[in-house]
Amino acid sequence: MSMWSRISNAMRGECLNREIEEELQAHMDEAIASGRDPREARRAFGSALRAREAGHSIRVAGWLESLVADVRFGWRQLWRNKITSLAAVLSLALGIGSCVAAFRLIDALLWRPLPIAGASKLYILTRKMTGLYGRPVEDNHWSTPDFRLMRDAVKDQADLIATSDADRTDITFSTDADLEKANVAYVSGNMFPLFGLQPTLGRLFSPIDDRGPSASPYAVLSWDYWDHRFGRDARVLGRTIHIGDQVFEIVGVGPQNFTGTEKGTVTEIFLPLNMNGFATQDSITWHLAFLMLKPGVDSATVLEPLRQHLSAISRAFEAGCSECLQGMSKADIDRSLNKQLVLYPAGAGISELQKDYRRFLIILGLLVALVLLIACVNVANMMTAQAAARAQEMALRISIGAGRRRLVQLILVQSGLLAFFASFLGAAFAAWAAPFVLGLVNPPDNPARLDLPADWRVVLFGLGLLVFVVLVLGSLPALRVSAVRPVAALKGGENPHAPRRVMRGAVALQVAFCCLVLLLSSLFVTSFQRLQNRPLGFSTDHLLLLDTVAGKCQLPVVWNQTAEALRAVPGVNSVAISGWPLLGRIRINSDISINGAPPSPTPAFSLNISPGWLSTMKIPVVSGRDFRPADTSPGVAIVNETFAKTYFQGQDPIGRTFQRGAHRPLNKIVGVTRDVPDHDLREPNRAVFYVPFSGIDSKSAPTPEGFATFVVHIDAQNPLALANTLRQLVAERHNGLRVSNITTQLDLVRDQTIRERLIAMLAGFFAVVALLLAGIGLYAVLNYSVLQRRREIGIRMAIGSSRAGIVRLVTFDAFAMIVLGGCAGVGLGLGAARSVSSLFYQVKATDAEMLALPVCAILVTALVATLPAVLRALRTDPTEILRAE
Amino acid sequence: MAKNDALQGSLDLLVLKILSRRPRLHGYAIMAAIAGASGEVLRAEEGSLYPALYRMEEAGWIRAEWIKKDTGRRARIYELTAAGKKQLGAEESRWQSVSLAINRVLREA
Repeated sequence: MSMWSRISNAMRGECLNREIEEELQAHMDEAIASGRDPREARRAFGSALRAREAGHSIRVAGWLESLVADVRFGWRQLWRNKITSLAAVLSLALGIGSCVAAFRLIDALLWRPLPIAGASKLYILTRKMTGLYGRPVEDNHWSTPDFRLMRDAVKDQADLIATSDADRTDITFSTDADLEKANVAYVSGNMFPLFGLQPTLGRLFSPIDDRGPSASPYAVLSWDYWDHRFGRDARVLGRTIHIGDQVFEIVGVGPQNFTGTEKGTVTEIFLPLNMNGFATQDSITWHLAFLMLKPGVDSATVLEPLRQHLSAISRAFEAGCSECLQGMSKADIDRSLNKQLVLYPAGAGISELQKDYRRFLIILGLLVALVLLIACVNVANMMTAQAAARAQEMALRISIGAGRRRLVQLILVQSGLLAFFASFLGAAFAAWAAPFVLGLVNPPDNPARLDLPADWRVVLFGLGLLVFVVLVLGSLPALRVSAVRPVAALKGGENPHAPRRVMRGAVALQVAFCCLVLLLSSLFVTSFQRLQNRPLGFSTDHLLLLDTVAGKCQLPVVWNQTAEALRAVPGVNSVAISGWPLLGRIRINSDISINGAPPSPTPAFSLNISPGWLSTMKIPVVSGRDFRPADTSPGVAIVNETFAKTYFQGQDPIGRTFQRGAHRPLNKIVGVTRDVPDHDLREPNRAVFYVPFSGIDSKSAPTPEGFATFVVHIDAQNPLALANTLRQLVAERHNGLRVSNITTQLDLVRDQTIRERLIAMLAGFFAVVALLLAGIGLYAVLNYSVLQRRREIGIRMAIGSSRAGIVRLVTFDAFAMIVLGGCAGVGLGLGAARSVSSLFYQVKATDAEMLALPVCAILVTALVATLPAVLRALRTDPTEILRAE
Repeated sequence: MAKNDALQGSLDLLVLKILSRRPRLHGYAIMAAIAGASGEVLRAEEGSLYPALYRMEEAGWIRAEWIKKDTGRRARIYELTAAGKKQLGAEESRWQSVSLAINRVLREA
């Protein structure tokens, strides 16, 4: 209480003084009234001032009072230079806000532990191997029989947990209802108990649900899904979910904050692992495997033996799995068995989003940190200039007894004020920016979702940043102030170059940071442009894609009839069928064997298409012909130019044959098409072969298909206009086909470049900000330097210095600093670019134009920024200056 | 001078005791009460009384309040808090033991 009253008294120092005086006056009046001699009474008090001071110092927290005084003084200083202060606060706010937003994203995606018990004891099992094109890849998917062997082998020291990726799946809640999409993950029964999760409603899975196939047709909803799909209706228990021809009964709802182990994707429905048909297959690797150490097991000593044990088990399983190695070349078998099992900590979850965006976010973090530093240097410069202008005042304060500590406190308080206002604005900016950027991460119909709480982690980071900013801002001017020598300063003879030296160093630093930001940004922007402008080789205009599923597979004739029905709709130009769309998510590779020889090391990718698909996509046939309705697969094939080059050394392949792996049926090549990017715009064109959509089995009977995509060419400019009509038309035919997803080919192409567009946009934005801030900084420093050297310039002009000489005098130092900073920045940029070169598309940091761009931008900015100062210097009137002296 | 020395270290005790007997006194009245009760032997100087009052106020032993007097002027009056009562007890027993000890020394001489 006492501290509190002393603190509150510090806020009202003047008022307190009046109170004390009033009380003492009352005392004297009383004394006089009771008959004492007025003069004697007054003398008894001694000096009124001293009495007041003695009372005051007891009732007030002194340090606080000086702090309050400094805050008032600092505020007046900032208020006096409104524009400068506002610019400083805004630029700092942008820097701080961006940093906090970047931290929120990085923390949420990469660092924040999952909301489960024992996150620190959770590891992911993965294996390193050599990929298809000789690059090292990591594969963290396992087959269920392999997983079970490993689980049983280590059960004394650790538990193994299986979870599949959360797949966007077509579901219905009754047989006739419309298809809906939900993220469905299959999990082993031990996941919920090991993660220490409690149901909100009903029950969660337990190891009992790991019974054999079809024995546990139950589903658990995530709380999030229960909330937004069912409005937290408790009657959801007992309802059924239909997936394909399987039916699941909802038995429970998970805890509120748990949305699965896949960061960035909210798992909505959990199903038991063994309910998936893949769970019995030795050769299909389809789910992740987590390892959780048992309580009391020391990770330092146990992990490596565990890893070796698991590795041996898995290798023995794969070597003994005849199915897995069937049809593989010797080299592929070696590659497949020569894998190294590794354990990574996975307490923060595991997802593709993490893999895709880790480097991206680190680069983003670097960019925003640099922008913040540039802003800090700017503001520190501004404050140094203001402090230098107040050197005499400071000297006076010191000579009448102000402690240097008190002066440093004054400066720190002022920078603290700036940082304080900036962090408020910055917090608001971060609150908006983090979800905004996250919203741009994935295609709009399947957005990335991350919990972005503003909890103690974020607050702590923000406070740390604030302290850092205050120290950076304050340290320069504070050092200057504490070095003031009162005698020299009061004589007016203090070294006028001292503050300029500090500020020039700051300019070099700024230019270096700015150059780094510009170089990285231009690389990202160019990457994006080149990727976006990559020639596709097919048309995206007017193309609507109907991804269609058949719960029970349907014969090609059913699919063809549906295509025919779609063709009859007014406004539809042409309709073709393919197994899946170009640049979609699916891709299937095959080994190619020519003339019965062993398969070549390079695989080719296949797509089944109906006649007319090539013309609908406007992919030109270079030689030979398109498929005809009578063509079947296997039997005939069309290949692309890369295929011809790879397997036939560029000879005309028409009439030649190939097999998809050894001892498989022959395919006769009837046509050659141009190359198109089939799966990933960033990859070079691969060897692709097309086979007819109508498949036949070994007895020449037609084979049914479970899913395919209708490619519809529509007259209207916006193909989505017909989406609902076509969806209903398919449903009304009641032939087992249902449209599961509608998109346009243009959107699929756009979705390919989402990450690049995002980073190009952000990098471009921060490059502009950095350039602007550096320009302002340079302008301020030069302007200040001209003001300071007005006397010198005046004298030089008076004794006949040429205008060129004056310009050189004013700008030489600055440009030397720019060159120095620029070189350092380019050097740093080259290093940084090398470490993230995998994010670039067809551009290298060492390309001449990539280097020229930032250098030119800096130079132009420097010219613009120096112009006002140079003009001011040239307009100096020597007579006026000398008269003033 | 001698009077003041006698007060050294015991001003707090005196003020607390006076306020415990007669609550709600202003500074001058406290000073007068000390003088009256000690038969004009002890006198608190203004220069040390007010700092002592403020110190005790900040320590939470006494609390102050402005009142309006009949003359129209304001006066600041003081009264004991619960903490002040406890402190008074402690100071009293300390004084007792100190004066006892001093008396014993004097007797032996």
